[in-house]
Amino acid sequence: MTEVVIAGIGQTPVGEHWNLSLRELTLMAIEAVQQDSVGLQPQALFVGNMLAARLSRQAHLGTLVADFAGLTGIEAVTIEAAGASGGAALRAGFTSVLSGQADVAMVVGIEKFTDQIGTSVEESLGTLSDSDYEAAQGLTSAAQAALLMRRYMHEFDAPREAFGGFPLTAHANGVGNPNAMFRKAIKAELYNRAGMVSEPLNMFDVAPNADGAAALILTRPELLPPEFPHPLVRISGSSIVTDTLALHDRPDPLSFHAARLSVERACKQAGITPQQIDLFELWDSYSIYAALSLEAAGYAVRGQGWQLARNGRISLGGELPVSTMGGLKARGNPGGASGVYQVVEAVLQLRGQAGNNQITGAKRAMVQCLGGPASTAATHVLETVS
Amino acid sequence: MEITPHWRLKKQRYNLVGETCPHCGVKLFPPRDICPECGQEAKNLYNFSGKGEVYSYTTVYDPPAGYEEYTPYTVALVKLEEGPLVTAQLTDVGQTPVEIGTPVEMVTRKLRQDGDERGLLIYGYKFRPVLERQLAQ
Repeated sequence: MTEVVIAGIGQTPVGEHWNLSLRELTLMAIEAVQQDSVGLQPQALFVGNMLAARLSRQAHLGTLVADFAGLTGIEAVTIEAAGASGGAALRAGFTSVLSGQADVAMVVGIEKFTDQIGTSVEESLGTLSDSDYEAAQGLTSAAQAALLMRRYMHEFDAPREAFGGFPLTAHANGVGNPNAMFRKAIKAELYNRAGMVSEPLNMFDVAPNADGAAALILTRPELLPPEFPHPLVRISGSSIVTDTLALHDRPDPLSFHAARLSVERACKQAGITPQQIDLFELWDSYSIYAALSLEAAGYAVRGQGWQLARNGRISLGGELPVSTMGGLKARGNPGGASGVYQVVEAVLQLRGQAGNNQITGAKRAMVQCLGGPASTAATHVLETVS
Repeated sequence: MEITPHWRLKKQRYNLVGETCPHCGVKLFPPRDICPECGQEAKNLYNFSGKGEVYSYTTVYDPPAGYEEYTPYTVALVKLEEGPLVTAQLTDVGQTPVEIGTPVEMVTRKLRQDGDERGLLIYGYKFRPVLERQLAQ
């Protein structure tokens, strides 16, 4: 069977890059991935981005990025699926190389939040939800997560303090990631007295919107130059699944149905069960989403995902390491780039290049990004090539 | 200035007009034309009663542009008595503590102002707690 490998990774630090434009930030990630992949030339470019048309008044990113990176002439398009844009761009690159339409594909995730400040940012984020029936009511993304969290606590008697395990794990892991926005561990006491964003969601339950760009080079292993310098990582499973756009249109809002199907399909393609992975880069844009994602993937039964955040079970040395380089919470959440960052980080783990955060003997990783409340779920399984 | 998108939604915003499926009888709000239960066409209009209860709720302190003057405000998922969930603001809450299960009813309120002082006033549904004396009747 044809194999697709990740032959290069690149990323910028995540943060508030006031001095860098959309195109400059993207180019930094592209230069990093070109150096890492020792000059493999892409024939196709897939740019994952969700809001540049509003935040930077710039659409048409496929051409912009190809042009600015000196790649004019190649195939290039923008892929948008809200928060799942990065994973969707990866899947586009994967299918392009798998089919033989391209020998080498570049996948870039980019989000530039800080070109706007104030209420226009929330207004832009609202366009990712159901504009007529959710955003029109003044619903924000954080408020929607809070609605889910309150109902979850009500139905399953989950204590609010238990959700602190997710940001505590993420922040502990962010310390070892030089590209993370927050590199400082936090204590449970700090979580418990943090200010509310939308009750019962506090400021540590929300991953920070930030600027960042990350990039990947995909190819088929037989096309690699001899003496290629990195251990190879292949994409063994890839799936995107949709659910209803609006949360209120679901028969059971507390079940991330698309996330569950996406894990099932990606794992089936990889020929594994979710229990056979060494780490899980999950979508912790909100603590409640991390809990619901763990349930959807089958690591916890319905209503019990929060239990995994206790007693170090999801920490680097635990039974199921998640957010191993800080996750969205500590690394930061550059929207459409986050799904690409997750893959860059998983590749670092599988190459054995994750430094102090290295999961010993990591051979297989699952990576999942979500658009909205799992209205889109993109899941990939990555494995070392033996 | 946006005019037609709001005009097209007036039945939903002012009267909670959804749809009912002629094949399986399920009630749909918002209207979606293809029944999610049985997959068949569902375009028969249906007027919802506007009665329901709070499924979940929270408060918005950092609003999107256009909603600043109401901040902080309460948004909820309301379970309509005919079945669907709807996302809506709660209003006229006063000192009444809102809880999951609180009975609410639809009212028409200003949702936002579109643009500057010459902009459109956009009205639509919000929900308010049903008074105890109404519940007793």
